[in-house]
Amino acid sequence: MNDMRFTERAVVEDKKIAAKGVQVYYGSNHAIKDVNVDILDKTVTAFIGPSGCGKSTFLRCINRMNDTIDIARVEGDILLDGEDIYDAKVDPVQLRAKVGMVFQKPNPFPKSIYDNVAYGPRIHGLARTKADLDEIVEKSLRRAALWDEAKDRLEQPGTGLSGGQQQRLCIARAVATSPEVLLMDEPCSALDPIATAQVEELIDELRERFSVVIVTHSMQQAARVSQRTAFFHLGELVEYGETGQIFTNPEDPRTESYITGRIG
Amino acid sequence: MTDASIAGAAPEPKKSSLLVQDARTRKRNAAEARFRMYGLGAVCTGILALVLLLASILSNGLSSFQQTYITLEVALPADKLDKNGNRDRAEMAKVSTFGYQPLIAAAMEQKMTARGISVEGLSAKDAAGLVSKEAPAQLRNFVLANPDVLDTTRTFEFLASGRVDGYYKGRVSMETAQLDKNISPEQLQLADILLEEGTLETRFNWRFFTAPDASGQRPEAAGLGVAILGSFYMMLVVLCLALPIGVATSIYLEEFAPKNRITDLIEVNISNLAAVPSIVFGILGLAIFINFAGLPQSAPIVGGLVLTLMTLPTIIISTRASLKSVPPSIRDAALGVGASKMQSVFHHVLPLAAPGILTGTIIGLAQALGETAPLLLIGMVAFVREYPAAPPEGFFDPASALPVQIYNWTQRSDPAFVERASGAIIVLLAFLLVMNAIAILLRRKFERRW
Repeated sequence: MNDMRFTERAVVEDKKIAAKGVQVYYGSNHAIKDVNVDILDKTVTAFIGPSGCGKSTFLRCINRMNDTIDIARVEGDILLDGEDIYDAKVDPVQLRAKVGMVFQKPNPFPKSIYDNVAYGPRIHGLARTKADLDEIVEKSLRRAALWDEAKDRLEQPGTGLSGGQQQRLCIARAVATSPEVLLMDEPCSALDPIATAQVEELIDELRERFSVVIVTHSMQQAARVSQRTAFFHLGELVEYGETGQIFTNPEDPRTESYITGRIG
Repeated sequence: MTDASIAGAAPEPKKSSLLVQDARTRKRNAAEARFRMYGLGAVCTGILALVLLLASILSNGLSSFQQTYITLEVALPADKLDKNGNRDRAEMAKVSTFGYQPLIAAAMEQKMTARGISVEGLSAKDAAGLVSKEAPAQLRNFVLANPDVLDTTRTFEFLASGRVDGYYKGRVSMETAQLDKNISPEQLQLADILLEEGTLETRFNWRFFTAPDASGQRPEAAGLGVAILGSFYMMLVVLCLALPIGVATSIYLEEFAPKNRITDLIEVNISNLAAVPSIVFGILGLAIFINFAGLPQSAPIVGGLVLTLMTLPTIIISTRASLKSVPPSIRDAALGVGASKMQSVFHHVLPLAAPGILTGTIIGLAQALGETAPLLLIGMVAFVREYPAAPPEGFFDPASALPVQIYNWTQRSDPAFVERASGAIIVLLAFLLVMNAIAILLRRKFERRW
């Protein structure tokens, strides 16, 4: 918890995402209750909290992945660069090109490594020529720290990689579309400590270009990689602030109980 | 666990040896052994039934792939076949098959005198009875197609009559021939002599696969040509209609449709449709396609449409099952990189579901191929000797179908048709086996094992 090696860089105070009074219902179940949060640009924001507290649900609101669940209903405003992403005029497909997502379980497509990374740029028409596409694939794989391991086996199936490599492939796939925000839903929960360390290092590097939001169960991970932390409990945002402050001097007693291991 | 009362409630551990089974364990093991025996018994019963079925069909039907032929040199006198001598086809066609019958008798007589063959009590007409009643028609068709062969002597290979054919397949013997008005022991003696000197021979029966049906008097000439063609046309119609409609329905219901009462109702009805007796589809086809839409009877297009309706639920159910089995993480992954719903379905879900869809489709087709009842109602039982034309016109020509042909042949009195029907069953089973093999191969090919 004291390992704060990633937080040395200065934090930029630009608002990227602003959520105002967000409510989420699954049928009659009120999953997210009145959440207000400002997520900063070029910052890693961690969502922590016990299981079922709504942190993943809230994450999925940010790129409208909840749209795919019939019974889910979202109220309130989420602004991305000042634009309401739940506006009727917004096409979620366009939004998801701007707000990429990495899932809990590595889920590469059953295609080659190259095709996995190239899929996003292809459908969004980001590359005009094969050389452009090659360049995007290489850049994305380099950014995901997978290039050296994968450059000789680009035509091999992505599902043949190890778990940690698969997750980095999924990150490469997500960054290939040049998103502005990268959402990560417990990206390390299926990985061993070494792979976790690699992914964490990667997250810190990604901060240079993207705003990263990460949901995690590991408080150590939140402390290591994030500059800001939000603590969710029973669908409410209990506390949100500088990571160092949340972990060393929480204001809310519930946050303190969770961090010290009494609830959760 | 430290609670004293709980520790006290636990039974005292009994001292027992692991080398000796206690009564309870023995009972459990016996129950398991019994269950295994039941299972083994069930499997053996199934295998036995299959073996009996195959043995009876093969023993009855394999002989239909062999056929006895008689080779004769027939003189084709112009004064009999073209009385005006002007080689006009319309006029030559006035000579019916009865006009050709004596030519075959003469050819037989000539052969016997030339080779010095004689059987006591056998007239030339009786000797000609060895040759199938199909032979004059064969001769006439040949002459009408090639008028310049008149006044020459040509070698023809004729089918032997069904009884002679049956004699060499063990169906007819000297004793049964005594009681049979269609064949006499003397004729069979002659057949034996002809066999020895090579005029008569038994070999593989290609005509069985290519020839059209023949009347009850000429079982030896009956073949499956029209039925195979009809079944093939119907399968084409089913494939072209049921696959796209079924897959589109499944994708829409599974991926796009909102889950509400209407889609629930549709779903229940599709499941019910799969359980509707096939003859009901036949009545529907008769009422809608023939009586209302005015499509021709006995046509592969109507059969294909009826079978499409029957196959659709099978295809929809299996396609939906294979779409469901694609892990949702793949859909999430595609949506997560900004693919639209349709892109995620067509780029990722459908390729993964393809093996299951193909298997379901081929199983549906195989089911349709073997279906008889609905075809009876739309007139596919008709006696059809004309081959349907090439598609697309052929879809509207009268045709038969394999299972209906089998049904038809089992109705006929001549025992030679038992052999034909069993042979047709073998052909049908072979088609089904091939289709299932294709299903397995396609599955293997498209299945992604990574």
